[in-house]
Amino acid sequence: MSDQPTVSDNRAGVITRVEELGYELKIGQVMTTKVVTFSPETTILEALDVIKQYRISGAPVTVEGELVGIISTEDLIRALRDGRIDRSVSTYMTKDLITVKAIDKVVEALKVFQKTKVGRLPVVNENNKLVGLLTKGDITNGLLTALQRDYQAEEIIRYRASHLFEDIESDRTSLILRYRIIKDDFVNGGAASNNIKRALLRLGANRQIARKCGIAVYEAEMNLIIHTNNGGFLRVEIEPHKITMEAYDDGPGIDDIEKALTPGYSTATEEIRDKGFGAGMGLVNIRSCVDEMTMKSSRESGTNLYMTMYLDKTES
Amino acid sequence: MCSLQTILDNIDLQVLTKPLDYSQIEITSGYTSDLLSCVMTGAQADGIWVTLIANINIVAVASLLEIPAIIITENAQPDVATIARANQEGIVLLSTPVGSYQIVGRLWELGIKDTDPNQ
Repeated sequence: MSDQPTVSDNRAGVITRVEELGYELKIGQVMTTKVVTFSPETTILEALDVIKQYRISGAPVTVEGELVGIISTEDLIRALRDGRIDRSVSTYMTKDLITVKAIDKVVEALKVFQKTKVGRLPVVNENNKLVGLLTKGDITNGLLTALQRDYQAEEIIRYRASHLFEDIESDRTSLILRYRIIKDDFVNGGAASNNIKRALLRLGANRQIARKCGIAVYEAEMNLIIHTNNGGFLRVEIEPHKITMEAYDDGPGIDDIEKALTPGYSTATEEIRDKGFGAGMGLVNIRSCVDEMTMKSSRESGTNLYMTMYLDKTES
Repeated sequence: MCSLQTILDNIDLQVLTKPLDYSQIEITSGYTSDLLSCVMTGAQADGIWVTLIANINIVAVASLLEIPAIIITENAQPDVATIARANQEGIVLLSTPVGSYQIVGRLWELGIKDTDPNQ
């Protein structure tokens, strides 16, 4: 039981989430609560019978719920070797106890396991009363259960989302996502695009489509952050066979759209270029990612960029 | 193609983000550019990106493109917010005093040669 792997195993895809869970889950949530205990007066012989019956490798010793010791198979073997099976467990139990608290996070118990090499840890409450027992196996099971819950939650979201269009009957059903993009907000640059990409994946779009839309919207998002007077809006309309993405702002407008669409042409300042933008490839990228791109711009009403992706040609 | 662990074993890089199991991160391609739009077009998912840009926008780009690791060259230092965002997105940030040209050469020697699996 204690030889089960700890969380430092090779579950690469989930390792960060496992680490996070170690900090989220409390020991009380993963420990075993049905614990066989002995009183100090229990004889070694009785203890051996119980241990055999429950197939356990040790048990805490308590007095009125309070932990006073722990007796392991090794302790019992010592008693057997001495031929003292009539003695009480209190003679042979370990009194030098390492405990963990039920309200502490799982990561604390992992540290103790790593440091001490013990196989099981008694879990106590604030009043030092025994409330459970914890092995590395309990932690592994607890983490796996939590991961399963996470996974199922995402699956449910994905399932519900992907059936959205089938579940709702209308002549034309669409889902509209809107994002306000703030001028010069480089720190959050790309957040809306990432959310849009995630939404598309949840709705059942294939990875390639979601990636292309993500790239196109990212370029549009950064244009709003970099080039507008007051930021702007992203509006994405998702229909069963089509994704329409729109970026609009209220100025300053683009004087020469033809020129703006020339690869390498940019009006970005030196400061913007230092940040890695201003390659003059944004609109060019958008055009290569989506099926249709149109742009309208004027000094009076700002710029409207329309991007369309058709879903018919691919399965999903 | 090789694991990120192999890259870390062979090239002297400082890991700036929280530890992950690098042996499970397979790097299938590489890309270098300091212009984000070019990266958007050229970099592949599961590739490594070599750049001297160190600002927070590299994390957004990597996240969108599913790039698991970025090597920031010539000692350019990302700020705390950038590292925090990378941790949040599970993207590995690596730092080196060496220039991009040398790093790309080392990656090439390690067998990371494909830039586009579709080509």
